Amino acid sequence: MFGYYIDIAVRSLRRNKVLTALMILTLAMGIGASITTLTVLKLLSGDPIPQKSARLFYPQIDPNTLDGYVADKTKPDTIMTYTDAMSLLHAHRAKRQAVMALTQAKIVPQHANDHPYFTDGVMTTADFFGMFDVPFQYGGSWTADDDESRAPLVVIADFLNEKMFGGGNSVGKIIRINDHDFRIVGVLKHWAPQPRFYTQGLAGRDYGDGDAVFMPLQTARSMDMGPQDTECFASVTDVQHLETAPCEWVGLWVELDDSAAVAQYKSFLDGYVRQQINLGRFKRSDTALLDVMGWLSDQQVVPDDAKLQVYLAFGFLLICVVNTVGLLLAKCLRRSREIGVRRALGATRGAIFTQFMVEAGIVGLTGGLLGLVLAELGLLGVRHEPAEYASLAYLDIEMFLLTFVVALVASLIAGLLPAWRACVMAPAPQLKAA
Amino acid sequence: MSLHPILVALRKHKAGVVLIALQIALTLAIVCNAVFIIYSRIEKVNRPTGINETNLLLVEQQWVSASNGDSAAGIQQFDSLLRNDLDTLTRLPDVESVAPINSIPLLNSSWTGGIALKPGPGLSDKNNVHTAYYFGDEHMVDTLGVHIVAGRNFTSAEINNKGMRDQSEPNLVIVTQDLAKKLFPKDSAVGKVVYLDGSNTPSTIIGIVERMQIPAVGWGDNFTWYSTLVPTRVNAIFSRYIVRTRPGRLDSVRRSIVPALYNANPMRVLDDDDAVRSFTDIRENAYRADVGMAVLMGVVCLILLAVTAAGIVGLTSFWVGQRHRQIGVRRALGARKIDILHYFQLENLMIAGGGAVIGIGLALGLNRWLMSSFEMQRMPLYYVLAGLVVVMVLGQLAVFVPARRASNVPPVVATRSV
Repeated sequence: MFGYYIDIAVRSLRRNKVLTALMILTLAMGIGASITTLTVLKLLSGDPIPQKSARLFYPQIDPNTLDGYVADKTKPDTIMTYTDAMSLLHAHRAKRQAVMALTQAKIVPQHANDHPYFTDGVMTTADFFGMFDVPFQYGGSWTADDDESRAPLVVIADFLNEKMFGGGNSVGKIIRINDHDFRIVGVLKHWAPQPRFYTQGLAGRDYGDGDAVFMPLQTARSMDMGPQDTECFASVTDVQHLETAPCEWVGLWVELDDSAAVAQYKSFLDGYVRQQINLGRFKRSDTALLDVMGWLSDQQVVPDDAKLQVYLAFGFLLICVVNTVGLLLAKCLRRSREIGVRRALGATRGAIFTQFMVEAGIVGLTGGLLGLVLAELGLLGVRHEPAEYASLAYLDIEMFLLTFVVALVASLIAGLLPAWRACVMAPAPQLKAA
Repeated sequence: MSLHPILVALRKHKAGVVLIALQIALTLAIVCNAVFIIYSRIEKVNRPTGINETNLLLVEQQWVSASNGDSAAGIQQFDSLLRNDLDTLTRLPDVESVAPINSIPLLNSSWTGGIALKPGPGLSDKNNVHTAYYFGDEHMVDTLGVHIVAGRNFTSAEINNKGMRDQSEPNLVIVTQDLAKKLFPKDSAVGKVVYLDGSNTPSTIIGIVERMQIPAVGWGDNFTWYSTLVPTRVNAIFSRYIVRTRPGRLDSVRRSIVPALYNANPMRVLDDDDAVRSFTDIRENAYRADVGMAVLMGVVCLILLAVTAAGIVGLTSFWVGQRHRQIGVRRALGARKIDILHYFQLENLMIAGGGAVIGIGLALGLNRWLMSSFEMQRMPLYYVLAGLVVVMVLGQLAVFVPARRASNVPPVVATRSV
C-alpha cells in the first residue's frame, strides 16, 4: 500500500513540475541555512573536554579594592595574582590543580639562515597534562619537583615537533625558546580543545589551533617571560617582580571528583578569602567556582553573531514552511476532483490523509537532500571566512542525520493542513462539479 | 469598486488567506530587523577613525634579546634600538614621517585606563572617564594625520621613555575633543589638570585633537572617541611604528621596510605576512565579520522576499484557476478586463495589508527581544514603515501575473457547459 502511495505522490508531483520544484527549492534553502548556522553554533558552543568538563573547576577570588564594589552584584575577577594562585596550588585541596598563563614564545630555529618566529606558549605547572587529559605521543609531563626547582624543561605540540624535528621522537633534544635552552620531556599528540577553555581570561584566542610549547611557570618566569594579560588593581612600583606585584595574570584550574569535593573546595576557597580579609590583603569576600561549561557561558565565548545567524536561519525556515503549506494546499485543492473519485471508489479518509502526508514527506526528503548540498556549500563558504574557528566547520554525522529529521518534520508539519483539508472533503459535490 | 464581494470570496479561502497574510507578516518582521542590522553594521563600518587613513603603514616587530625590558638598563637598551629603527625608517625614500606608537585605531590591541579630575585611587566609573592611551613622540600627531583644534602638539623636549610595565604617569597629554567635552563640559580643557589611572601625578592637557577612535573593535562602545595621547616612547621587547608615505608610494615603501630593518639589525623577528600592514588592511580586517554579517543578512532578505513572492504567485494562480468560470460570468455581465485585474489587485492589497499590520507588531516585538538578548539599538519606526511599503509593493508585483491571466479570461467561458 505504501508503495502505491509513493507511486501516486510521485505522479502528482511530476504533474506540476514548477510548483514542485519551487516547494523543494524553498524548503531546501531553509534547511540549508538552518543546518549551516546550527553546525557553526554547535562547533562554537561545544564541550571542549566532554569526558571531564563536569569535574574541572575554575576558582575565582577578588583582590580589588572596595571602590565601585556593590555587595552580591560584583563578579569576582577572571584571573588571579600569582601569590593567591600559588597559595591555593600549594594547599593541594583538590585532586589535581594547575596554575597557568599564556606567553608568546620566541623559537629560534636549528638552521642559522632561518629567522626566529613566535608561537603560542603556555606557562603552567605539572598537573596541567594529567588534569586536562592531554595525550602524549612521546615522553610525558614534568614533575611538581621540576616546577619548584625551575628546571628548563618543555613539552611541545605535535606540529612544532613536525616543523623542527621532522616528527620523530625528540624527547631529550634541546630547543631554544626566548634565548634560553629547554630540554624536551614530552611531545603531544594533536590537542586543540574547542573552545580553548583553559585560555579564557588569559587573553588567548577562543578557538583555533592548540598551543605549541608548554613550560614550567616558574622556570619561564625566571627567564623573564611575560604573561599575555596583566591587570593591576593598585599602582605598581616594582615592575620586575610580577610575582609580588598587586597584579593579576594567572588562572587556576582544579579537578574535583564529586559534589562533596566541590562543596569542600568552595568552603576552603571562602575560608582562604576570609583569612586574606583578616590579614588586610583582601577587601571583597566574593568567590566563584564554575565548571568548564559554566565558565565558558560566564565568559560568553560564543559570539553573538553566530546565535543571531541561527535565529535568522530558523526564521527563514519558518517562512519556507509556511510557504510550502500554501503551495501544498493549492496543489491539494486543485485535485479535489481526484480525491472525490478516490473516496467514492472506497478510499478511507485515513488513506487520503496518508496519501497527502507521503507526498509532503517526499517533498521534505528531496528538500532535505538538496538542503544538505546547500549546507555543505554554506560550510564551504564558512571555511573560507577569516574567523578563528572557520577551518573546523564540517558537517558531522549528527548534523547529517538532523538535516533529514528537520526536513521531514518541517515538511510533515507543512503537509498536515492540506492533508486534513483533503481527507475531510465531502466526495459528492466534487463529483457533481465534474 | 465595492469591497463586499472580495470579502465574501475571501471568506471561502480562509486557509489560503491566513497563509499568505502570515507569510507576509513574518517576512516583514524578519526583513525589517535584518535591514536594520545591516544598516547599523554599515554605519559602524563606514565611520571615519579621525586619522588620515590613506598612505599610512603600521610596522610591528620584536627584537631577539635575553632581556625583557623590566630593568633600567634593559629599558635604555630597547630605547636605543627603537630610536635606531625610527632613524632607519625616516631615511627610507618616499617616507614623510615616522613615529613610535603602542597601537592605532581598529588594531584591537588596547591600553586603556581611567581619567579623573581628582588625584588618588578611586577607579570607579562615576569618578573616572574610560580612555584608551596612544603612546608616541612629537611626530605621532602628524604621522597619524589627526587635527589639533586647540592648544598645541608635544615638542621633542617633552618626550620621555619608560618600560612597558612602568606605571608612572605623564606630565602632559593631548585628548580628543569628545573626551575634553566629557571632562570639562563648560570651558576649554587646554591647560587643565587631570589624573590618570588613579595616580597622584597631575597631567596637564596641552592640546585637543578633533577626533580619534580607540583601538578596540567589538567592545568599548561606551568610550569609542575618548583617546588620550601621551608623549612617551614605550620600551619593550616589541615595538610598533607608524609610517606616513608620500601619496601613491605606499606599496614601494611597504616593500622596502622589512629589508631595511633587517639590514640595520638582523636580531629581530618580523612576521612574514603581518610585519608591515597598510591601514586599509587593518580597517578591512577589523570589520570583516561585520561586513560578512551584513552581506549574509542582505542575501537572506532577498531570498525571503523571493520566496514570499513565489508563494503569492502560487496561491493566487490557484485561485484564478478555481474561479475561472466566475470570472467568465462577470466578464459576460459587463465587467471590463481592468475590473478583473483590479479585483485581484485589491484582494491582494487587503490580504497583504492585514498581514502587514500583524507584521508591524511582530517586527517591533522581534526588535524588543533582540534588544534584550543582544547589543542592539531600538529600531526607528520608519524602518517598519519602509518594510510595510516594500511588502505591499512586493504583493502587488507578485499578484500582477496571475491577475493579468485572470483578466484575459474571455466572457465566453460563462456559456460553456458545466
